[in-house]
Amino acid sequence: MDIEHIAKLARLKLTDAEKEKFSNQMGTIIGYIEKLSELDTENVEPTAHVLGLNNVFREDVATEPLTDQAPINDSPAHSKGHYEVPKII
Amino acid sequence: MHRTTITQARELLHSKKLSSVQLTEAVFARIDSVEDKVKAFAHLMREKALEQAKAADAKIAKGEELPLLGVPIALKDLICTQGSRTTCASKILDQFVAPYNATVVNQLNAAGAVIVGKTNMDEFAMGSSNENSSQHPTMNPWALDRVPGGSSGGSAAAVAAHECIAALGSDTGGSIRQPAAFCGVTGLKPTYGRVSRFGLVAFASSLDQIGPITKSVADAATLLNVIGGKDKQDSTSANVALPDFTQALHQDVKGMKLGIPKEYFTGGMQPEVEKAVQEGIRTLESLGMQTVEVSLPHLDYAVAAYYIIACAEASTNLSRYDGVRYGYRSSKSDNLVNMYENTREEGFGEEVKRRIILGTFVLSSGYYDAYYLKGQQVRTLIKQDFENALEKCDVIAAPVTPYPAFKIGEKMDDPLQMYLADIYTISANLAGIPAMSIPCGFVGGENLPVGLQLMGKHFDEASLIAVGHNFQQATQFHTQQAPI
Repeated sequence: MDIEHIAKLARLKLTDAEKEKFSNQMGTIIGYIEKLSELDTENVEPTAHVLGLNNVFREDVATEPLTDQAPINDSPAHSKGHYEVPKII
Repeated sequence: MHRTTITQARELLHSKKLSSVQLTEAVFARIDSVEDKVKAFAHLMREKALEQAKAADAKIAKGEELPLLGVPIALKDLICTQGSRTTCASKILDQFVAPYNATVVNQLNAAGAVIVGKTNMDEFAMGSSNENSSQHPTMNPWALDRVPGGSSGGSAAAVAAHECIAALGSDTGGSIRQPAAFCGVTGLKPTYGRVSRFGLVAFASSLDQIGPITKSVADAATLLNVIGGKDKQDSTSANVALPDFTQALHQDVKGMKLGIPKEYFTGGMQPEVEKAVQEGIRTLESLGMQTVEVSLPHLDYAVAAYYIIACAEASTNLSRYDGVRYGYRSSKSDNLVNMYENTREEGFGEEVKRRIILGTFVLSSGYYDAYYLKGQQVRTLIKQDFENALEKCDVIAAPVTPYPAFKIGEKMDDPLQMYLADIYTISANLAGIPAMSIPCGFVGGENLPVGLQLMGKHFDEASLIAVGHNFQQATQFHTQQAPI
């Protein structure tokens, strides 16, 4: 596994010690899950969801909001009703 | 009086031999005396609980009857509670206060429950020992140098140490049943979709399910009555009839068929644990159940399929922790991407990062078919195994864990060994079926509890409750007290 590539995809900034440790552990874990290749699954449908639910729709009717607390108050940085983030470009 | 079950507490409260304020104060006095040793809680809700207890007493005085009126309950700290913290035992949510209640919290409130606090857990429910909490590990009330199991270890330890009358946990791969087994209490993972997950912080959305951890099967039935049912806020909650599960407590199990899956009994357990499980099965036979051998041939592949699917879903679910909308944000970032990376590096613990990496890898370009798709196909095979087995029997009996509670620190350096400890529990999550752990014996010089697992058909928790309750009527394992 290219640990730096995967960490970048996952937006994790790993320390060098973590990179080494996780690389070794991933080797062992992926070695173990390789055992699935022993099974022939040629014609087996994948299961994403055990109840076989499809789209669940509701009537398009306005209802009361869940909460009177503005979720933005949970943000670590916000002002005047907007989220604040460091510069993007 | 903190040692009472829900059933006993209700009797005392309704006959006015005890007030909810007295019971709640007794529970907090118990917490004050043992919590230093057990550390079952992430944080307490003392003032609010006493307000709820007073309100409950007023209702009792007016003759109101509700299923949990005045009964002190604890919640795993990944179930959202409006106005008090929900931390998931993670630094990244350390100060998070949810703006709404989880549906199960609204249901508990409507049933009159007193919420005493939020219990410790493995961070984001990832772990089997409670050692992955960002705050502190929890100790097993039966042996304080041992783990309580996980990830709902705080809930199981709190129930075993009588720091609450009952608790809710969540189970993605065994996180209710394994700690229940390690702590000598009853734990029920309902069918996927039976209980609303709205307001449950997501780990692996196709596997997660909330359920009760209690001192008896009868209490689990009472709690499941309260928290079960279709919820319009959770589109994966199932629109199926919700029976009165306490009716199953009166059901005779004579003539019911008990499936014994041969693959679970091939020497993978410690001999003493296997003996206790076998004796549990003999007890059920003596109650008139008829045992039949069944086969679950893909057991050996369950751990691999599970860790692919659970980590894939986790890596997706946990991408929301970006330091923007809620939770922790790193202060040492000069641009947006840096801020994401530093926030997640500083905010997540080691096991969470490990699973995000594994999940990101199995979903990444070039590996999706080999791992994620393959895992989902093997999930189909495991689900079919259970469908076939449950055509031949009403309930399957199996072990919960290969060994009793292990020592704190014993498995922390070897994640794969920790994952393999879940071998007997994770299949039920992959198949979506209900499963329960009940105490069935004690082993070793330290008298450590062992659990017996009962698994049933989709939405047939009633059979598990009937079998488990009959077992507890015939045995005393569930009334044994942890030596704390």
